[in-house]
Amino acid sequence: MSEIVLDKVWKEYGDQIVLEKISLTIASRAFVALVGPSGCGKTTFLKMLLGEEAPSQGVITLDGVPLIAEPGPDRGVVFQRYSVFPHLTVLGNVLLGKVFKRSPMAARLFGAERRAAIDEAMMLIAEVGLNGSETKYPAQLSGGMQQRLALAQALIMKPKVLLLDEPFGALDPGIRAEIHVLMKRLWHETELTVVMVTHDMREAFTLGTRVIAFERPRDRPEERERYGAVLSRDIDIWPPRIAGEPSIFAPDRDDPVIALGLGQDDLAPQGDIVP
Amino acid sequence: MALKIFTTKRHKPMRWINTKPTRATQIALMLAPFVLLIVAYGFTSAARLADNPADKLLPALQTLTDAVNRMAFQPDPRTGEYLLWSDTGASLVRLFSALGISTLIALFFGMVIGMLPYVRALLAPFVATISMVPPLALLPILFIVLGLGETSKITLIVIGVAPAMIRDLALKVLELPREQTIKAETLGGSSWQIALRVVLPQVLPRLITCLRLQLGPAWLFLIAAEAISSDSGLGYRIFLVRRYLSMDIIFPYVLWITLLAAITNFALDRLRIAVFPWSNLEAR
Repeated sequence: MSEIVLDKVWKEYGDQIVLEKISLTIASRAFVALVGPSGCGKTTFLKMLLGEEAPSQGVITLDGVPLIAEPGPDRGVVFQRYSVFPHLTVLGNVLLGKVFKRSPMAARLFGAERRAAIDEAMMLIAEVGLNGSETKYPAQLSGGMQQRLALAQALIMKPKVLLLDEPFGALDPGIRAEIHVLMKRLWHETELTVVMVTHDMREAFTLGTRVIAFERPRDRPEERERYGAVLSRDIDIWPPRIAGEPSIFAPDRDDPVIALGLGQDDLAPQGDIVP
Repeated sequence: MALKIFTTKRHKPMRWINTKPTRATQIALMLAPFVLLIVAYGFTSAARLADNPADKLLPALQTLTDAVNRMAFQPDPRTGEYLLWSDTGASLVRLFSALGISTLIALFFGMVIGMLPYVRALLAPFVATISMVPPLALLPILFIVLGLGETSKITLIVIGVAPAMIRDLALKVLELPREQTIKAETLGGSSWQIALRVVLPQVLPRLITCLRLQLGPAWLFLIAAEAISSDSGLGYRIFLVRRYLSMDIIFPYVLWITLLAAITNFALDRLRIAVFPWSNLEAR
């Protein structure tokens, strides 16, 4: 279980009010896509969930326990950039979470413990489609591969919540579509509640179970400082997507979770008759 | 009439910023200033010697090689030492121990100032102030307090070099993307683990670069200290023979010091690339 509850959360930086009275319950295993214009506090919201910033007023709880204002291993994160460590190889990057957990002083693993951790990391690397690149450094990977690596790195901690800050914003459309498929599969297969900030409406509606929009109701220049953004839209995707269950309504929408055979636009396999 | 949009003929010469030398030209250009300097020296020296055969200011190339031969390959009649080598040994021991100490100090203080806000509040302004003290002005104090031996010379170099290195390294730590620290925290890293596995490996290449940049100042302080009080060392020898206007010894010594510094500089950079291969990937 990993239910996030925000109760009348405000965020102010000095005189500047950023977010006003956000009350929200994010169900366990939901995939919330957070949209809104630039500067409306989406990233601030994510930073509060992450623990990097504390709310000025109000409480955020995860499974009923108030969040401490410090990032921790129960909440994974993938940023648009700088999510992976440039000085570690792909394997080293994925391994790091395990190493931190098992080796508090030396921060290195040896022998059987290391082998076990490597096995687990290798499985995850294969899962995100990076097998064969284990010994490469991030600078030798493409942008899409770096984000896949960042996902694997976060998932080895088995976090309750995965926070994504415009993770696929810098990728070209083809690569983005591929990583969407991966993201959807990971969400189905792991015990994750996902909160994703995005600029891309299409992405929000392709991946999310729920799309939330932040907006400033008062946005005249003289009002901008004293009025923050509020939650302006809260849309549950219909027909609903449920984690771990393939969609029966529109399979193509959730490709490739369930295969219903070939559609009318697919090429028939050579020498076979399509029933 | 044919369209004349795409033509293969160049109407204008290429821009200067786009013309590049070939490998051979590059080597020739690289050597040219050195050769030019030697030739110019040869001519000027010959002209002066033609005027006055006893001129000591610009000795002939032959006199220089004789001096090198005397200093490097014949034992000194008084001490039995090969002076160039014993001087080099004495100077390098001082230089490298001082650089070693400075590196360790810079690594420790640079990292704690960069990583820990409390230590930063405590020490960053202090280090910034200390680095403004002209080290040579402290030299008399060092000689009085620490005596005339090795300690005062090594201390002078450390005082001259370490504050700049600390500041550079602390800045480098602060320049690490905030996202990296946050990510490491979400992976469960403690301050110590993050220092060890995230920050330290990323500042070490910068530490080597920083050391390379400080080689010049380090030599300056070394030679200043040796000039004032010493009984061996490259700086000591130069200032000793200055009394006899022995340009035939001073010139080769200066060349030798330059060569040593250049080799150290090059070797440190190779070391960085060999030990931290990833640090060169990003530059591309």
